[in-house]
Amino acid sequence: MTRDKDDEVPNLAESKLTALVVDDNFINQSIHHKLLDRLGITNDVVCNGKEAVDVHCSGRNYDLILMDMDMPIMNGIQATRRLREMGIESKIAGVTTRANEVERQEFMEAGLNDFQEKPLTISKLLSILTNLNFYVQTS
Amino acid sequence: SKNSEEIALFFVYQTSHLLLSASSSRVHTAMDSLIAQLQRQFRDYTISLYHQGFLDDQFTELKKLQDECSPDFVAEVVSLFFEDCEKLISNMARALDQTVNVDYKLVGSSVHQLKGSSSSVGAKRVKGLCVTFKECCDSQNYEGCVRCLQQVDIEYKSLKAKLQDLFNLEQQIVQAGGRIPQ
Repeated sequence: MTRDKDDEVPNLAESKLTALVVDDNFINQSIHHKLLDRLGITNDVVCNGKEAVDVHCSGRNYDLILMDMDMPIMNGIQATRRLREMGIESKIAGVTTRANEVERQEFMEAGLNDFQEKPLTISKLLSILTNLNFYVQTS
Repeated sequence: SKNSEEIALFFVYQTSHLLLSASSSRVHTAMDSLIAQLQRQFRDYTISLYHQGFLDDQFTELKKLQDECSPDFVAEVVSLFFEDCEKLISNMARALDQTVNVDYKLVGSSVHQLKGSSSSVGAKRVKGLCVTFKECCDSQNYEGCVRCLQQVDIEYKSLKAKLQDLFNLEQQIVQAGGRIPQ
Protein backbone atom coordinates (compact mmCIF):
# COMPACT_ATOMS: atom_id res chain seq x y z
CA MET A 1 0.00 0.00 0.00
CA THR A 2 1.79 3.10 -1.19
CA ARG A 3 0.89 6.56 0.01
CA ASP A 4 1.21 9.90 -1.67
CA LYS A 5 1.42 11.63 1.69
CA ASP A 6 4.71 9.86 2.48
CA ASP A 7 6.59 12.71 0.84
CA GLU A 8 5.00 15.28 3.16
CA VAL A 9 6.45 13.78 6.33
CA PRO A 10 10.04 14.93 6.91
CA ASN A 11 12.63 12.38 7.98
CA LEU A 12 14.92 13.53 10.76
CA ALA A 13 16.89 10.28 11.00
CA GLU A 14 20.08 12.05 9.92
CA SER A 15 20.00 14.33 12.94
CA LYS A 16 20.11 11.22 15.15
CA LEU A 17 17.68 12.65 17.66
CA THR A 18 16.55 10.54 20.60
CA ALA A 19 13.35 10.89 22.58
CA LEU A 20 11.60 9.50 25.64
CA VAL A 21 7.83 9.06 25.75
CA VAL A 22 6.42 9.32 29.28
CA ASP A 23 2.75 8.32 29.41
CA ASP A 24 0.66 5.87 31.46
CA ASN A 25 -1.87 5.25 28.69
CA PHE A 26 -0.68 2.49 26.40
CA ILE A 27 -2.69 3.77 23.46
CA ASN A 28 -0.94 7.12 23.71
CA GLN A 29 2.34 5.28 24.14
CA SER A 30 1.76 3.42 20.84
CA ILE A 31 0.75 6.55 19.02
CA HIS A 32 3.55 8.78 20.31
CA HIS A 33 6.12 6.04 19.72
CA LYS A 34 4.88 5.65 16.14
CA LEU A 35 4.77 9.41 15.57
CA LEU A 36 8.42 9.70 16.56
CA ASP A 37 9.36 6.61 14.53
CA ARG A 38 7.69 8.10 11.50
CA LEU A 39 9.85 11.18 11.78
CA GLY A 40 12.97 9.05 12.15
CA ILE A 41 13.47 9.77 15.86
CA THR A 42 14.66 6.78 17.94
CA ASN A 43 12.65 6.61 21.10
CA ASP A 44 11.97 4.74 24.32
CA VAL A 45 8.71 4.55 26.24
CA VAL A 46 8.09 4.57 30.01
CA CYS A 47 4.84 4.44 31.96
CA ASN A 48 5.13 7.18 34.56
CA GLY A 49 7.25 9.95 36.01
CA LYS A 50 9.16 7.65 38.35
CA GLU A 51 10.26 5.41 35.47
CA ALA A 52 11.35 8.53 33.59
CA VAL A 53 13.52 9.56 36.52
CA ASP A 54 14.86 6.00 37.01
CA VAL A 55 15.87 5.69 33.37
CA HIS A 56 17.92 8.87 33.71
CA CYS A 57 19.47 7.63 36.96
CA SER A 58 20.67 4.60 35.05
CA GLY A 59 22.60 6.95 32.80
CA ARG A 60 20.36 7.26 29.76
CA ASN A 61 19.89 10.64 28.18
CA TYR A 62 17.57 11.95 25.51
CA ASP A 63 17.35 15.04 23.32
CA LEU A 64 13.61 15.31 23.83
CA ILE A 65 11.17 14.12 26.49
CA LEU A 66 7.43 14.03 25.77
CA MET A 67 5.95 14.27 29.25
CA ASP A 68 2.31 13.51 30.01
CA MET A 69 0.86 15.28 33.03
CA ASP A 70 -1.54 12.85 34.69
CA MET A 71 0.30 9.71 35.68
CA PRO A 72 0.26 7.44 38.72
CA ILE A 73 3.16 7.15 41.21
CA MET A 74 4.85 10.32 39.96
CA ASN A 75 3.04 12.76 37.69
CA GLY A 76 4.48 14.94 34.93
CA ILE A 77 4.91 18.03 37.07
CA GLN A 78 6.76 16.15 39.79
CA ALA A 79 8.90 14.27 37.28
CA THR A 80 9.84 17.43 35.38
CA ARG A 81 10.86 19.15 38.61
CA ARG A 82 12.90 16.11 39.68
CA LEU A 83 14.68 15.84 36.33
CA ARG A 84 15.62 19.53 36.43
CA GLU A 85 16.85 19.14 40.00
CA MET A 86 19.02 16.27 38.78
CA GLY A 87 20.52 18.63 36.23
CA ILE A 88 18.91 17.03 33.21
CA GLU A 89 18.98 19.62 30.45
CA SER A 90 17.05 17.69 27.82
CA LYS A 91 14.21 19.54 26.17
CA ILE A 92 10.96 18.57 27.87
CA ALA A 93 7.62 19.09 26.10
CA GLY A 94 4.54 18.76 28.26
CA VAL A 95 1.76 16.87 26.51
CA THR A 96 -1.64 16.79 28.14
CA THR A 97 -5.35 16.95 27.56
CA ARG A 98 -5.72 19.51 30.32
CA ALA A 99 -6.03 22.97 28.83
CA ASN A 100 -6.69 24.61 32.21
CA GLU A 101 -4.50 27.71 32.30
CA VAL A 102 -3.52 27.30 35.96
CA GLU A 103 -2.43 23.67 35.54
CA ARG A 104 -0.60 24.52 32.32
CA GLN A 105 1.25 27.33 34.08
CA GLU A 106 2.22 25.02 36.93
CA PHE A 107 3.47 22.44 34.44
CA MET A 108 5.52 25.05 32.55
CA GLU A 109 7.01 26.36 35.78
CA ALA A 110 8.14 22.85 36.72
CA GLY A 111 10.69 23.19 33.93
CA LEU A 112 9.09 22.57 30.56
CA ASN A 113 10.51 23.98 27.32
CA ASP A 114 7.27 23.59 25.40
CA PHE A 115 3.69 22.48 25.75
CA GLN A 116 1.21 20.78 23.41
CA GLU A 117 -2.33 19.60 23.81
CA LYS A 118 -3.11 15.95 23.29
CA PRO A 119 -3.86 14.13 21.12
CA LEU A 120 -0.57 14.58 19.32
CA THR A 121 -0.42 14.67 15.56
CA ILE A 122 2.44 14.85 13.06
CA SER A 123 2.03 18.60 12.75
CA LYS A 124 1.89 19.14 16.53
CA LEU A 125 5.06 17.12 16.94
CA LEU A 126 6.74 19.10 14.16
CA SER A 127 5.65 22.27 15.94
CA ILE A 128 7.35 21.05 19.14
CA LEU A 129 10.50 20.17 17.19
CA THR A 130 10.51 23.57 15.50
CA ASN A 131 9.95 25.44 18.77
CA LEU A 132 12.84 23.55 20.34
CA ASN A 133 15.09 24.17 17.32
CA PHE A 134 15.39 20.50 16.37
CA TYR A 135 13.79 21.10 13.02
CA VAL A 136 13.58 23.99 10.59
CA GLN A 137 10.68 23.98 8.17
CA THR A 138 11.95 24.69 4.69
CA SER A 139 8.58 25.10 2.97
CA SER B 1 6.38 -25.32 -48.53
CA LYS B 2 8.66 -24.73 -45.53
CA ASN B 3 7.96 -21.05 -45.94
CA SER B 4 4.20 -21.52 -45.91
CA GLU B 5 4.57 -23.77 -42.88
CA GLU B 6 6.42 -21.04 -41.09
CA ILE B 7 3.87 -18.50 -42.13
CA ALA B 8 1.05 -20.73 -40.92
CA LEU B 9 2.78 -21.31 -37.60
CA PHE B 10 3.42 -17.61 -37.25
CA PHE B 11 -0.24 -16.91 -37.98
CA VAL B 12 -1.35 -19.47 -35.40
CA TYR B 13 1.04 -17.99 -32.87
CA GLN B 14 -0.20 -14.44 -33.47
CA THR B 15 -3.86 -15.45 -33.27
CA SER B 16 -3.46 -17.41 -30.07
CA HIS B 17 -1.45 -14.55 -28.58
CA LEU B 18 -4.27 -12.15 -29.52
CA LEU B 19 -6.91 -14.48 -28.10
CA LEU B 20 -4.95 -14.79 -24.86
CA SER B 21 -4.56 -11.01 -24.48
CA ALA B 22 -8.22 -10.46 -25.30
CA SER B 23 -9.42 -12.93 -22.68
CA SER B 24 -6.95 -11.72 -20.07
CA SER B 25 -7.95 -8.12 -20.73
CA ARG B 26 -11.57 -9.20 -20.29
CA VAL B 27 -10.54 -10.71 -16.95
CA HIS B 28 -8.65 -7.52 -16.11
CA THR B 29 -11.68 -5.42 -16.89
CA ALA B 30 -13.85 -7.54 -14.62
CA MET B 31 -11.27 -7.31 -11.81
CA ASP B 32 -10.87 -3.55 -12.27
CA SER B 33 -14.60 -3.18 -12.11
CA LEU B 34 -14.75 -5.17 -8.86
CA ILE B 35 -11.88 -3.17 -7.36
CA ALA B 36 -13.52 0.12 -8.36
CA GLN B 37 -16.77 -0.99 -6.76
CA LEU B 38 -15.06 -2.01 -3.53
CA GLN B 39 -13.10 1.24 -3.46
CA ARG B 40 -16.32 3.21 -3.93
CA GLN B 41 -17.93 1.30 -1.06
CA PHE B 42 -14.89 1.92 1.11
CA ARG B 43 -14.84 5.65 0.38
CA ASP B 44 -18.59 6.05 0.95
CA TYR B 45 -18.51 4.09 4.18
CA THR B 46 -15.54 6.04 5.50
CA ILE B 47 -17.20 9.36 4.67
CA SER B 48 -20.40 8.27 6.40
CA LEU B 49 -18.49 7.37 9.57
CA TYR B 50 -17.09 10.89 9.73
CA HIS B 51 -20.40 12.54 8.79
CA GLN B 52 -22.32 10.62 11.42
CA GLY B 53 -19.78 11.66 14.03
CA PHE B 54 -18.36 8.24 14.79
CA LEU B 55 -14.88 9.37 13.81
CA ASP B 56 -13.04 12.68 13.81
CA ASP B 57 -9.79 14.11 12.44
CA GLN B 58 -7.66 12.23 14.92
CA PHE B 59 -8.55 8.99 13.11
CA THR B 60 -7.24 10.57 9.92
CA GLU B 61 -4.03 11.41 11.79
CA LEU B 62 -3.66 7.75 12.80
CA LYS B 63 -4.00 6.68 9.18
CA LYS B 64 -1.14 9.03 8.27
CA LEU B 65 1.09 7.02 10.60
CA GLN B 66 0.38 3.74 8.83
CA ASP B 67 3.06 2.73 6.35
CA GLU B 68 4.77 -0.30 4.78
CA CYS B 69 6.66 -0.98 8.04
CA SER B 70 3.43 -1.10 10.02
CA PRO B 71 0.58 -1.74 7.56
CA ASP B 72 -1.81 -2.71 10.36
CA PHE B 73 -1.04 0.17 12.69
CA VAL B 74 -4.55 1.63 12.76
CA ALA B 75 -6.19 -1.75 13.29
CA GLU B 76 -3.75 -2.51 16.11
CA VAL B 77 -4.24 0.77 17.95
CA VAL B 78 -7.98 0.60 17.51
CA SER B 79 -7.95 -2.95 18.87
CA LEU B 80 -6.01 -1.75 21.93
CA PHE B 81 -8.60 0.96 22.36
CA PHE B 82 -11.51 -1.48 22.37
CA GLU B 83 -9.73 -3.69 24.91
CA ASP B 84 -9.22 -0.59 27.04
CA CYS B 85 -12.95 0.24 26.74
CA GLU B 86 -13.90 -3.23 27.91
CA LYS B 87 -11.59 -3.06 30.90
CA LEU B 88 -12.56 0.45 31.98
CA ILE B 89 -16.29 -0.17 31.54
CA SER B 90 -15.98 -3.32 33.63
CA ASN B 91 -14.18 -1.35 36.38
CA MET B 92 -16.82 1.35 36.34
CA ALA B 93 -19.70 -1.16 36.36
CA ARG B 94 -18.15 -2.81 39.42
CA ALA B 95 -17.82 0.52 41.19
CA LEU B 96 -21.37 1.53 40.35
CA ASP B 97 -22.68 -1.85 41.54
CA GLN B 98 -21.87 -0.67 45.04
CA THR B 99 -25.02 1.52 44.67
CA VAL B 100 -24.68 3.29 48.02
CA ASN B 101 -20.91 3.33 48.52
CA VAL B 102 -19.92 4.28 44.99
CA ASP B 103 -16.32 5.40 44.70
CA TYR B 104 -16.99 8.30 42.34
CA LYS B 105 -13.32 9.18 42.32
CA LEU B 106 -12.53 5.78 40.86
CA VAL B 107 -15.30 6.04 38.30
CA GLY B 108 -14.17 9.56 37.43
CA SER B 109 -10.60 8.45 36.98
CA SER B 110 -11.70 5.62 34.64
CA VAL B 111 -13.81 8.08 32.66
CA HIS B 112 -10.80 10.37 32.39
CA GLN B 113 -8.73 7.47 31.00
CA LEU B 114 -11.46 6.56 28.55
CA LYS B 115 -11.79 10.15 27.42
CA GLY B 116 -8.06 10.28 26.79
CA SER B 117 -8.00 7.05 24.82
CA SER B 118 -11.07 7.84 22.74
CA SER B 119 -9.68 11.28 21.98
CA SER B 120 -6.38 9.74 20.84
CA VAL B 121 -7.99 7.36 18.34
CA GLY B 122 -10.63 9.75 17.03
CA ALA B 123 -13.60 7.94 18.58
CA LYS B 124 -15.69 11.11 18.59
CA ARG B 125 -18.97 9.84 20.04
CA VAL B 126 -17.31 7.89 22.83
CA LYS B 127 -15.26 10.97 23.74
CA GLY B 128 -18.41 13.12 23.78
CA LEU B 129 -20.16 10.70 26.11
CA CYS B 130 -17.17 10.80 28.45
CA VAL B 131 -17.61 14.55 28.90
CA THR B 132 -21.19 14.05 30.13
CA PHE B 133 -20.13 11.06 32.17
CA LYS B 134 -17.40 13.06 33.94
CA GLU B 135 -19.96 15.71 34.88
CA CYS B 136 -22.20 13.04 36.41
CA CYS B 137 -19.25 11.69 38.40
CA ASP B 138 -18.29 15.13 39.64
CA SER B 139 -21.84 15.80 40.80
CA GLN B 140 -22.15 12.22 42.14
CA ASN B 141 -25.26 11.72 40.05
CA TYR B 142 -25.82 7.97 40.35
CA GLU B 143 -28.58 7.60 37.75
CA GLY B 144 -26.66 9.82 35.37
CA CYS B 145 -23.56 7.68 35.78
CA VAL B 146 -25.43 4.45 35.17
CA ARG B 147 -27.07 5.92 32.06
CA CYS B 148 -23.74 7.18 30.74
CA LEU B 149 -22.10 3.83 31.36
CA GLN B 150 -24.80 2.06 29.33
CA GLN B 151 -24.44 4.56 26.50
CA VAL B 152 -20.66 4.30 26.43
CA ASP B 153 -20.95 0.52 26.30
CA ILE B 154 -23.38 0.65 23.36
CA GLU B 155 -21.33 3.29 21.57
CA TYR B 156 -17.94 1.60 21.70
CA LYS B 157 -19.44 -1.71 20.55
CA SER B 158 -21.17 0.05 17.68
CA LEU B 159 -17.91 1.70 16.60
CA LYS B 160 -16.08 -1.60 16.94
CA ALA B 161 -18.53 -3.30 14.55
CA LYS B 162 -18.34 -0.45 12.03
CA LEU B 163 -14.56 -0.35 12.01
CA GLN B 164 -14.49 -4.12 11.59
CA ASP B 165 -16.64 -3.70 8.48
CA LEU B 166 -14.27 -1.01 7.23
CA PHE B 167 -11.19 -3.19 7.78
CA ASN B 168 -12.94 -6.09 6.02
CA LEU B 169 -13.54 -3.87 2.99
CA GLU B 170 -9.87 -2.88 3.02
CA GLN B 171 -8.86 -6.53 3.00
CA GLN B 172 -11.18 -7.30 0.11
CA ILE B 173 -9.67 -4.47 -1.92
CA VAL B 174 -6.12 -5.63 -1.22
CA GLN B 175 -6.99 -9.25 -2.01
CA ALA B 176 -8.52 -8.15 -5.32
CA GLY B 177 -5.20 -6.46 -6.08
CA GLY B 178 -6.37 -2.90 -5.63
CA ARG B 179 -5.13 0.12 -3.66
CA ILE B 180 -6.95 1.42 -0.61
CA PRO B 181 -8.25 4.95 -1.32
CA GLN B 182 -6.82 7.64 0.97
